[in-house]
Amino acid sequence: MAFELNGKTYETDEEGYLSNLGEWNSDVAAYMAKEDDCDLSENHWEVINFLREYYDEYQIAPAVRVLTKAIGKKLGKDKGNSKYLYELFPYGPAKQACKYAGLPKPTGCV
Amino acid sequence: MAKVEFETPELKPWVDAPKVAPGAMAHSKPFVAKPEHQQPLGFPGELVENWKDVALEKMGDLLGRYRSLQVFMDACVKCGACTDKCHYYLGTGDPKNMPVARQDLMRKIYRRYFTPAGKWFPKLVGAVDLTEEVINDWYSYYHQCSECRRCSVYCPYGIDTAEITMAGREILASIGVGQKYSNEIIGKVHTIGNNLGLPEPALADTLEGLEEEVEEDIGVSVKFPLDQQGADVLLVTPSADFFAEPHVDGLIGYAKVFHQAGISWTLSSYASEAANFGIFIGNYENMQKVAQRIRQAALDLGVKRIIVGECGHAWRVAYSFWNTLIGPFDFLDPSYPVPQHICEFTHDLLQRGALKLDPEANDDKVVTFHDSCNVSRGSRLGSAPGGQFTIPRDLIQAACRHFVDMAPDTIHEHTFCCGGGGGLLTDDLLELRVKGAMPRAQALQQVIESHGVTHMAAICAICKSQFSKVLPQYGMGMDMIISVHQLVGDALIFDTEQ
Repeated sequence: MAFELNGKTYETDEEGYLSNLGEWNSDVAAYMAKEDDCDLSENHWEVINFLREYYDEYQIAPAVRVLTKAIGKKLGKDKGNSKYLYELFPYGPAKQACKYAGLPKPTGCV
Repeated sequence: MAKVEFETPELKPWVDAPKVAPGAMAHSKPFVAKPEHQQPLGFPGELVENWKDVALEKMGDLLGRYRSLQVFMDACVKCGACTDKCHYYLGTGDPKNMPVARQDLMRKIYRRYFTPAGKWFPKLVGAVDLTEEVINDWYSYYHQCSECRRCSVYCPYGIDTAEITMAGREILASIGVGQKYSNEIIGKVHTIGNNLGLPEPALADTLEGLEEEVEEDIGVSVKFPLDQQGADVLLVTPSADFFAEPHVDGLIGYAKVFHQAGISWTLSSYASEAANFGIFIGNYENMQKVAQRIRQAALDLGVKRIIVGECGHAWRVAYSFWNTLIGPFDFLDPSYPVPQHICEFTHDLLQRGALKLDPEANDDKVVTFHDSCNVSRGSRLGSAPGGQFTIPRDLIQAACRHFVDMAPDTIHEHTFCCGGGGGLLTDDLLELRVKGAMPRAQALQQVIESHGVTHMAAICAICKSQFSKVLPQYGMGMDMIISVHQLVGDALIFDTEQ
């Protein structure tokens, strides 16, 4: 599968996750979100940016508690929990946010 | 995101056998594995040209290897006892999800090519040729069975549809038509050591974070040791325990138990996965290779015991197959069970008075227990028959004052699958997962109404992920599902508090 954006073709897997992490840019994230009827706010971007930084260092998306802790630090303790992350990404922070961040989908019993 | 249009079944006061709806789920198929998911597992990358010959040869091989498969092919008398026992049939009404019909998808081919009657008089014995249509049906309906074995409890001959599904999937993979979800995961275990593909530095970072979190939370310095040479216990647990909720609260519970019991333990970055998807795809060699990492880690770390965390099929593989798969375990301390389940371990400590729980800590909850299929029907806990039913319930009741069981025909060996077991916990099968969860959701709904149940505890990573995803479809909260060891951990009394 693939989609076109600003004259460039982006390859994805069957579920729309970017095939090549290196091709990611912020327009790609915004485009994917829009396809899901989701407008990316600053708080969405905090999550997306953290996912990308973490992936860059560890080659994997962060575990949920690593993510909630980091977001709590950035956006305030009341937002450092999965309930808040699910408000931002109703389909599940691990899967939906990873997709917008250009990361592969987490696999396993999750 | 993965918008799938389907209707969530309505929950009624009881579960009726549905009206038969032929073909209702014929469209349900998981993504097919790509060459990069197939080849590292020893399977051809894509459909081979002479697929028919390869499939029949593989089938012959499996019939010779597994006497059970041959017996299951021959023994069915079409009594019908299994027809309304499968959660996928109850949730979808598709008659090919009746266990007997699922078996017949293979039986009709078996008869055609492996029995004299089917070779000479195929029409008389329901034998048919192996065609592309048959293969398509196999791919669809052998991925609508979670290998939960509930039907086998009711079969007077004990025919185990799970083994037929496993054989079906193995034949499919061997002609080049594997399932992406399972095969991609097995590949990650072979290269990185766990289903997630969580490398050692990320695992170490995650565990460090958990140590800080627990210390902040309860003021006790509970450790989550990794690759600790010479520890007494190697804990292998599903990698979801590191990654996801509610799983991680179970992992915190195990760590608290080890801490308070004063038993040295370690996780391994090489064997950072208890789950073994090799069993799901029916492939002995991959199952063995996945399990071998655990033996290797135990040897390398010089541990005396191996304990398995809350994971249903991991326990089945460990309990039923490790001995011949990766044994002997003569290097472990024979005074402890090999392997030991984390629930057995905690239960034993409680029996001996080595742990104390304050059940009032969970007074905000009314808890029920979901028996996971692979623990209930594929193995045992403890030394007495039925220990797999009593031990988790004992733990819950020691940690919580309000416990109630769901209806008797939905628990113990009669338990309904969560709907996501057996390699089906993937978003491309969401419709199947939601519909297959209906019988369990119905039983849960009943105890919510009658006893005000607030939480359902489980001891399987798949069950936990599946329920947090599908319960909201039935109007229940995703956080209703929790780990048994979360209850234990929250109720645990630490020495420092005394």
